[in-house]
Amino acid sequence: MNYNWNWHIFFEPNPTGAGTYLDLLVSGLWLTIKTALLAWVIALIFGTIIGILRSLPSKTVSWIGFAYVEFFRNMPLLVQLFLWFFVLPELLPRTAGLWLKQLPNAPFWTAAIGVGLFMSARVAVQLAAGIASLPRGQKQAATALGLTTTQGYRYVLLPMAFRIIMPPLTSEFLNTVKNTSVAITIGLIELTGQARAMQEFSFQVFEAFTAATIMYLAINIIVVTGMRFLERSLAIPGYITGK
Amino acid sequence: MAQELTGTLKNIKDTGAITLGFRDSSIPFSYLDDNQKPIGYAMDICYKIVDAVKKELKLDKLEVKLNPVTSSTRIPLLANGTIDLECGSTTNNTERQKQISYTNTHFLTASRYVTKKASKINSIDELKGKSVVSTAGTTNIKQLTEANAARSLNINIIPAKDHAEAFLMVETDRAVAFVMDDILLASLVAGSKGPGDYVISKDAFSKPEPYGIMLRKDDPAFKKVVDAATAALYTGGEGQKIYDKWFTQKIPPKGLNLNTPISAELKNEFAKPSDSPDPDSYK
Repeated sequence: MNYNWNWHIFFEPNPTGAGTYLDLLVSGLWLTIKTALLAWVIALIFGTIIGILRSLPSKTVSWIGFAYVEFFRNMPLLVQLFLWFFVLPELLPRTAGLWLKQLPNAPFWTAAIGVGLFMSARVAVQLAAGIASLPRGQKQAATALGLTTTQGYRYVLLPMAFRIIMPPLTSEFLNTVKNTSVAITIGLIELTGQARAMQEFSFQVFEAFTAATIMYLAINIIVVTGMRFLERSLAIPGYITGK
Repeated sequence: MAQELTGTLKNIKDTGAITLGFRDSSIPFSYLDDNQKPIGYAMDICYKIVDAVKKELKLDKLEVKLNPVTSSTRIPLLANGTIDLECGSTTNNTERQKQISYTNTHFLTASRYVTKKASKINSIDELKGKSVVSTAGTTNIKQLTEANAARSLNINIIPAKDHAEAFLMVETDRAVAFVMDDILLASLVAGSKGPGDYVISKDAFSKPEPYGIMLRKDDPAFKKVVDAATAALYTGGEGQKIYDKWFTQKIPPKGLNLNTPISAELKNEFAKPSDSPDPDSYK
């Protein structure tokens, strides 16, 4: 292959005038981390609510949960972000739409919320499965203790279910991190976006994407290690994750 | 005694084929027509280069293979030998010349902005405090950033993924202006729903920058043939004819007319072809 490798490129100044190419990638890395964390918080909150709805006996309520999950799960993330960012403001009244369009950092908020809601459908399914996997006796015991349905979920079912689904949640968290890369399609210049910018400026495409790969790998190692630690400290002996 | 062939020329002779890299939507330089066949100004020039290569190698038949490229894949595919020439709208600059070579400049473009006529913005200074979009990773966004700092305009700069998205930002009032190569703006405006609603600025953010057809670096024999072919094309007047065909007349598939007559700078360049990356050398 006739390619001119140049690993020193990372220490050469980038053309935006703000530091080196490495600085460019690191700023993208921070944006990726910020987007992923906010998205994950949204995914957990909405995923928990919908997961509970899906496990309730009421037909209407569980249908709402079902509709929510199928809506967010069956459309490609790329399409969802596009709809949120470009189509939604056009559907709103003109002033509201304009306000939304001119919001500072609109791509960041759209990406975090869009990825968060997409992932929340997946978290909801995990949680509903976790709750369903608990022995029936758990719910009955909670009722027998005189706990209301809310208290039963709060003190018995959710703490158990979340412990059981820790391992799949880890991989959902990793997916959230990786899915933020789709945000370049709405103009969020995160890690993938900056790697592309770097290759456009310098034409050093392999160096740019090697560095981006290593950075994604580093985030994922940190997430996996952290979640392992959390899993271990939360594990209940005798359950799936226990020893 | 004939010289031993090396590099790309040898490869072309051995395989009987040359591969051109094309873009799918770089109107009018290199894009797909109704039949998904790549056409355009840069494609026409590349076919002239192919003719010259065929003549140089004294081949009866030379197969032309076509391979789509994007701005992310053009360098890897050129470097690994998948394509021999990239026929598109690639800016020629010093930094990129460390990686690849260019043949003689086929177009000059300056960085300007497009706005809606309704927003009544007449100069770069009137962009003060407004939201302005440009495409991430381009030389244009860099120039916008520099102008913003130098003139303390306090512009909110929005990076977009690609030109279509950036233009959409202006179309939907997310940004008041889009800073880009003027010729690309002309083609976006011509292809928009209301070409009459937009105006391209007189003010420019840069000197005219050269576009070149890319080829692999360190292959002087091939470059010599390609340079000779493009130089003959431009000085001989045929270059101007190809230019007029794509920039001043209706072009397929939709019959758009970019209405961009040849500039004085490009005319000078055609008279004295060069592959210089320096904007100052084109006057």
